[in-house]
Amino acid sequence: MMVNIVIDGKKLEVEESTTILQAAQQLDINIPSLCYHPVLEPYAACRVCVVEVLVKGKTDVVTSCNNKVQEGMEIQTASERALRARKLNVEMLMARAPAAEPLKEIAKDLGIEKTRFEIEDPDEKCILCGLCVRACQDVVGAEAISFVERGKNRFVSPPYGEPSEACIGCTACAYFCPTDCITYEDIKGRKVIHSELHLGPETAIRVPIHQAVPMVPFIDEETCIHFKTGECKICAQVCPKDAVDHDQQDEILDLEVGSVILATGYKQFDASRIAPYGYGHLDNVLNGLEFERLVNASGPTGGKVKCANGEEPKAVGIVHCVGSRDENYNEYCSRVCCMYSLKFAHLLNEKTDAVVYDFYIDMRCFGKGYEEFYHRLLEEGTKFIRGRVSEITEVPLTPEEEGRLIIRVEDTLLGALRRIPVDMVILATGLEPSVDHNKIAKTFNISCTQDTFFLERHPKLAPASTFSDGIFLAGCCQSPKDIPDTVGQAGAAAAEALALADKGTFELEPITAVIDEDLCSGCQMCVNLCPFTAITYNKEKGISEINDALCKGCGTCVAACPSSASHQKHYRDEQIFAEIEGMLIE
Amino acid sequence: MNNESFEPKIVGFLCNWCSYTGADLAGTARMVYAPNVRIIRVMCSGRVDPQFVLKAFSEGADGVLISGCHPGDCHYQEGNYKTLRRYKLLNKVLEQFGIEEDRFRLEWVSAAEGAKFQHICNEFTDQVRELGPLNLNGGNQ
Amino acid sequence: MSEKPKVAFYWCSSCGGCEESIIDLAEDILKVVEAVDIVFWPVAIDIKKKDVEAMPDGSIAVTFINGAIRMSEQAEMVKMLRRKSGLIVAHGSCSHLGGIPGLGNFWNKETIFNRSYHTTPSTENPDGTVPLESVIVEGEEMTLPAFWDTVKTLDQVIDVDYYLPGCAPPRDLILNALGAILEGKLPPKGSVLSPNKSLCDDCDRNESKPEKLEMLEIKRPWEILADPEICFLAQGIICMGPATRTGCGERCIIANMPCRGCFGPTDQVYDQGAKFLAALGSIIETNDEKEIEKIVDTIVDPAGTFYRFSLPSSILRRRRMEAIK
Repeated sequence: MMVNIVIDGKKLEVEESTTILQAAQQLDINIPSLCYHPVLEPYAACRVCVVEVLVKGKTDVVTSCNNKVQEGMEIQTASERALRARKLNVEMLMARAPAAEPLKEIAKDLGIEKTRFEIEDPDEKCILCGLCVRACQDVVGAEAISFVERGKNRFVSPPYGEPSEACIGCTACAYFCPTDCITYEDIKGRKVIHSELHLGPETAIRVPIHQAVPMVPFIDEETCIHFKTGECKICAQVCPKDAVDHDQQDEILDLEVGSVILATGYKQFDASRIAPYGYGHLDNVLNGLEFERLVNASGPTGGKVKCANGEEPKAVGIVHCVGSRDENYNEYCSRVCCMYSLKFAHLLNEKTDAVVYDFYIDMRCFGKGYEEFYHRLLEEGTKFIRGRVSEITEVPLTPEEEGRLIIRVEDTLLGALRRIPVDMVILATGLEPSVDHNKIAKTFNISCTQDTFFLERHPKLAPASTFSDGIFLAGCCQSPKDIPDTVGQAGAAAAEALALADKGTFELEPITAVIDEDLCSGCQMCVNLCPFTAITYNKEKGISEINDALCKGCGTCVAACPSSASHQKHYRDEQIFAEIEGMLIE
Repeated sequence: MNNESFEPKIVGFLCNWCSYTGADLAGTARMVYAPNVRIIRVMCSGRVDPQFVLKAFSEGADGVLISGCHPGDCHYQEGNYKTLRRYKLLNKVLEQFGIEEDRFRLEWVSAAEGAKFQHICNEFTDQVRELGPLNLNGGNQ
Repeated sequence: MSEKPKVAFYWCSSCGGCEESIIDLAEDILKVVEAVDIVFWPVAIDIKKKDVEAMPDGSIAVTFINGAIRMSEQAEMVKMLRRKSGLIVAHGSCSHLGGIPGLGNFWNKETIFNRSYHTTPSTENPDGTVPLESVIVEGEEMTLPAFWDTVKTLDQVIDVDYYLPGCAPPRDLILNALGAILEGKLPPKGSVLSPNKSLCDDCDRNESKPEKLEMLEIKRPWEILADPEICFLAQGIICMGPATRTGCGERCIIANMPCRGCFGPTDQVYDQGAKFLAALGSIIETNDEKEIEKIVDTIVDPAGTFYRFSLPSSILRRRRMEAIK
C-alpha cells in the first residue's frame, strides 16, 4: 500500500514498508548515519540519523533508519530539535571514539568542534555500532565475534580475546566497519598497488578477466562466504535482475565432435624465478602483463602510469628476454617480447615524461612494419642499451640512487658495466607452455617438442595439424607467436577442421597391427602395452583382438608378441628381416 | 685388419616420427656424418623386435643403433619406454653372447635434432671402429 | 624278410631321456614293434655301423635321431643315416633346437675341456690329460672324434623332414607321429609335429592372468611357494609358456613348475629367446631407467634362461668366440 508523506516540505508517495531514511534517499535528502547498511536490518545503534516527525498531530524525534513512514507523516530532517538531538548523540560518540574519521566529518558538518564529554581513549575508533557483529552473525553465519561486557566497558571481540576457530577469515567485519576500526593483514604478501593480478583480496563474485567472453561474473566457491557458512548471499540480494544463483552446479557436457582445435595458449614466465630481478619483493618491478594492465585505460589508475607511491616515474627500464633465450630457463625466443616492449616504450613516451631505457640482447622486429616501429622508437628518444641485465637492486651507492631501483647491466656496445637508476622496471616476461599442457597432450594423444610446446605435423607443410588426425593447433600452444600469426594459424586450423567435416569421411591409419586368430594363444602379454586400448582379450575365443579403428600402428605389441601371432601391416617381420639382409650384403 | 682402416657396418632402426625425421633434417641441412649407419625406418622404436637386433648382428653388423623420440614425446605416447625396457634387458643378454655393450646403442633424437643425429652417427661409428669387427663366426665348425 | 617298414633310432649328444620316451610308450611299443621292423637302435639292439652302411640307400623308412650334434662322429653318423633313410625325424629338443647340451655354445672346446678335465672339484687329473683327436701309442695312431666348439641342431647338419619337440617328447606326440608316418598322412615337410600355438593356449592358468600383467621383481621358482592356480608370470616367476609351442600336456605346469621352453618357438618365430625377452621386457612396469635396470638385474642368467633349449637354433647360435677367455 502506498502512503503520502512530506519530507522537508517535499511531497512523496512511497510503499508503507519504506523507512524514513530510505524515503529521504529517494528525494536525495541526506540524513547522516554511521550504522546504517542497506544489506543489514536497521539497528539504530549510532542514533546519528535522528529526525523530527509530525504524525497524527503529535511530534517526536525518532531514528530514521528503523522507523517506517506512515500516512500523512511530515518529516523534518534538520529541524532545530532534530539537530539538537543529533549533535548530542554525535558528541557522545566523539567522547567514545574520537579517532573515528567519518564521525569527525559528521561533527564538522554539524559545526561541532569538540565534545563536551570526557574522552577516555583518544585513539579509539569503535563506535559500538555492532555492524561487524551482525555481519558476522547474519550475513556470514560464522558467529566468531560478539560484544563483550557492558556499559562503557563494552567492546567487540572473539571469545576470550583469542583467535576464534569459528572465524573463516572472510574479512566481512572489516568491510562493514564504518570507522575502519577493524583491519586485517594483507595475507598475499605482495604489496603492489597497480596490478590487476595482485590487487589484493578479490571478491568471491567477479568477472574473471576484463576481456572475458561472455562478460559475466562467476562465483568463486573457494572464497565465497555462502559456500562456507550457507549464509550471506548479499550479491543475490543486491542484484536487480535476480541473476545470481548460488545453487547452480557445474555441468560436464559430453560432446561428440569430428575434430578438435587446441588453442590452450601459454603461461607467462614467472619472473620471480630470476631472483636477482627482485620481482615479487620490489614494488615497482612489474611483469609484462601487469604493466599492460596498469597502462590500460580501464585499468586501476585509468591508464596513468604510476609507481607504488602514486607518483609518475621519472625513468623506466624495460628488460628484454626475461626467461627467454636463457639456458637457465628457456632457450627459445619468446618472439613477442621485443615488440611488446617497444609498444610499452612508445606508450611511456606518449603518456609520461619518463626517460625510457630498453635493455635488449638482440632486437627482433620480425614482422611487417615492425622494423619501422623500432625506428620510430629510436626517434622518440628511447635509450636502447644492448646487454643482459644482471641485477635490479634497491641498494644505492650514490645519493642520486637513493630510493630508486638501480639496474646493473653490462653495456656490450660500450663495453662497460653500468648502473642505471630508474623508478620502475618492466620485465618483458617470456611465454611458456600452459600449466597442464602435458595432460592435454596425453588427452589428445599429441606430442610436444623439446621446448614442450605442442608439436605440429610438419613445421612448414602442416603447421596447424598434429600427428593425431582431427586434432589441430592454433596459437601459442604450438609455439610463442604474436596476434597476427595466431590469427593466421587459427584460420588455417578452422579451415582444416571444416575441410574434414565437409569430406564426411575419415582416413584410417593403413599401418595397423593385426593378430592372427590361428596363431594367437591368448597369452595377453600385448593387451596392456597398447596406449590406445586397441587390444582386448576375447575370453570366449581365448585370443586377443585388435580394434582397427583404435590402432595407431606403432607396432609395440607386434615386437612384444612372444609367438609372433601379431604382425604390423607393411612392416612385417619378414620384410624387415629382408631389409636387414639386403642392407648388410657385402 | 687394423682398426684405422676398418669401416664398421652399423644398422640403425629409426622411428618414423622423430629420429627418421631428425636424420632427414641432418640431410636437408647438409650435415656430413659417417656413412656407416644404414637406416631402417620403423613406425616407432617400440616396433624394434629384439630379433631384428640379433638378425643384424648375425648378418654382419658391427653395431646396432635404435633411435626413438625423447621420453614423453613418443608419437604413440609410450612406445619408446617399451623400447627402453627391452633395450636394458637385451643389452644384458647380448653381453652373455659376447657382444659388447658399446656395440648396441639406444638414443633419443627428436625431429628437430639433426645435429644430434649427426653427432651420434659419428661418435657411434668411431666407438665401433675402436672395438673392431664383430667377427661373429669364429671357431671350428 | 617281412614287408614291414624299417625304422631306426639314433642318438647323438643327449641324456638318454629321448630313448626313455620310446620305452615309455609301454605296451604301445608292442604295437610299434608289430607294425615296423626296428633295424638300428644302438641303445637296445646290437647292430654296428658297418651293418647300417651295408643297407641300401633309402631302405630305412624313417629314422628318429635324438641329441644335438657336437662331435664329428655324430655328424658322420647322421649324414650316413640321412642317405639310408626316407624320412628323418629330429626327436626331442636337442636335435630339434640344440637343447641343454646346446648351452655349451656359451663356451668353446677349450673352456669346456678345461672345466671338465681340470677345474671341477671332483676332477683328479694330476697329469692334466685331455682327450686328443689323435695320439700315437706304441707306434699306433689312435683317434677320437673331434669335439666341436659349437653345438649344432640336427637340421644344421643334415636335411630334416619332421621335428618331434620336447624334452623328452611326450608319448602321445610320438604315437601320433608314428601313426601318421605309417598311414602316410604326413603334414608338409619341415613341420613340427605339435600344434602351432603357444602354451598359454592350453594352460589352465591362463584365465588367472590379472587385468594388467606386470613385472616388478623377478623371482626364481625356489624363492616362493607358487600358487598352483595362478599364472606364473603373475607371480613374478619366469615362465617361457607364452613363447613356447604347446602340445606337451603342460607337464611342468601341472607339477607347479614354470615352462622352461623345451618345445621351442612357434613356426613364425625366428628366435625363441629374443621373443620371450621382448614380451618380458615390455611388461617391466616402470619407465625409470634406474628402476628398469634394477628389475632386469633380478633376472639371473637371462640368456641361459631364455635360450635354455634353443641356443644353437637361435639367430646368433652361440657366444662370440673372441669373447671367450
